Amino acid sequence: MAKELEEEDPIKLAAFQAKIDAEIKIEPKDWMPEKYRIGLIRQMSQHAHSEVIGMQPEGNWVSRAPSLRAKKILMAKIQDEGGHGLYLYCATETLGTSRDEILENLHAGKAKYASVFNYPAPTWADMGAIGWLVDGAAIVNQVSLQKTSYGPYSRAMVRICKEESFHQRQGYEIMANMAKGSAAQHKMAQDALDRWWWPSLMMFGPHDSESAHTSQSMKWKIKRETNDSLRQQFIDKTVPQAELIGLKIPDDNLKLDSETGHYSHTDIDWDEFWNVIKGYGPCNKKRLDHHKKAHAEGQWVREAAIAYAKKQELKLKTA
Amino acid sequence: MEDNQGILWEVFLQPKAGRPFKHVGSLHAYDKTMAMESARDLYTRRGEGNGIWIVKAEDIVASQPEDEASFFEPANDKVYRHPTFYTMPEGAKNI
Ligand SMILES: [Fe+2]
Ligand SMILES: [Fe+2]
Repeated sequence: MAKELEEEDPIKLAAFQAKIDAEIKIEPKDWMPEKYRIGLIRQMSQHAHSEVIGMQPEGNWVSRAPSLRAKKILMAKIQDEGGHGLYLYCATETLGTSRDEILENLHAGKAKYASVFNYPAPTWADMGAIGWLVDGAAIVNQVSLQKTSYGPYSRAMVRICKEESFHQRQGYEIMANMAKGSAAQHKMAQDALDRWWWPSLMMFGPHDSESAHTSQSMKWKIKRETNDSLRQQFIDKTVPQAELIGLKIPDDNLKLDSETGHYSHTDIDWDEFWNVIKGYGPCNKKRLDHHKKAHAEGQWVREAAIAYAKKQELKLKTA
Repeated sequence: MEDNQGILWEVFLQPKAGRPFKHVGSLHAYDKTMAMESARDLYTRRGEGNGIWIVKAEDIVASQPEDEASFFEPANDKVYRHPTFYTMPEGAKNI
């Protein structure tokens, strides 16, 4: 268990908070409270796992992409997501944990990943909806995290945000094209929006009032904006995008409040949210099993790489 | 490798808190402590740095300039990695 805040050196703790308040980034070798370190490891590894597990629903469509253009784009996007996972795993390791430990926690079900990736992607329109909505929601979250207080996390976010910009646009392009295509294509696009809308809103996590880590995370500027405020930003920018391409957001209570400029909406089905978090979503088992299998199947590659490196080293010494 | 000049170190400075560390130059020193102090004296006399990283030059692995063209070439024909490749519908905002 992490050291409680009361057990930390009060002088160091005060200096740490003063740094945070002055918007000074915390670097790996700086003093930090145990709870800050543990909280970051939890959040950053969860973020990394989401990037990596998120490759699965899209990977499912690589061999069935409708054109060479579409296939190349999809592969480029998936490759980016793998890269995002790697930036984040390495940044997490600067906090004194290891890649093995991080992966063990995922496989043991102790570390989470974004629940949205536990939904299936049965049609090509899902590739559009995922890019537009899931990456769109991730971007809102990640733009805000560019200002997180931990230096390596912040810098990884800056890089990731730059790369994400094509992800959402390629998804929206697919949706826009299908929406103005044949009646069947339009229907497929609408169906994908219907299925991905709510899981995308759930990506921002529980209401602020229900979120266990929010207030301390905000005080330490690990998080810069609350779940509800990020969710609202996403809704406000996405609703007009849906209207523009002639698709309907599956929420009859969406209404633009002309005074605040924000859309009001139906509350999320939180039972579904917690159900998926707890492991009972449509694809939880499949996603995790696949990750374990891929990891186990890579074991010989890691062993061979180590053996090769040792051999090279020996060659250098004897040369 | 090691003559009487000590070890060659590469120095990276963080110009301001939160910014990435950037390479600024090198120096000779006999151990980590001396390298760190020399880096401070050589490269941060006018407050150029807020943080310093030093790495032994021999530990750096670098790409070879003569292979540069073929090494980096795979990225050249992948325009679809850039957001401007995509056609957005007329009037689309915040995307
Ligand atoms: Fe990503
Ligand atoms: Fe993405």
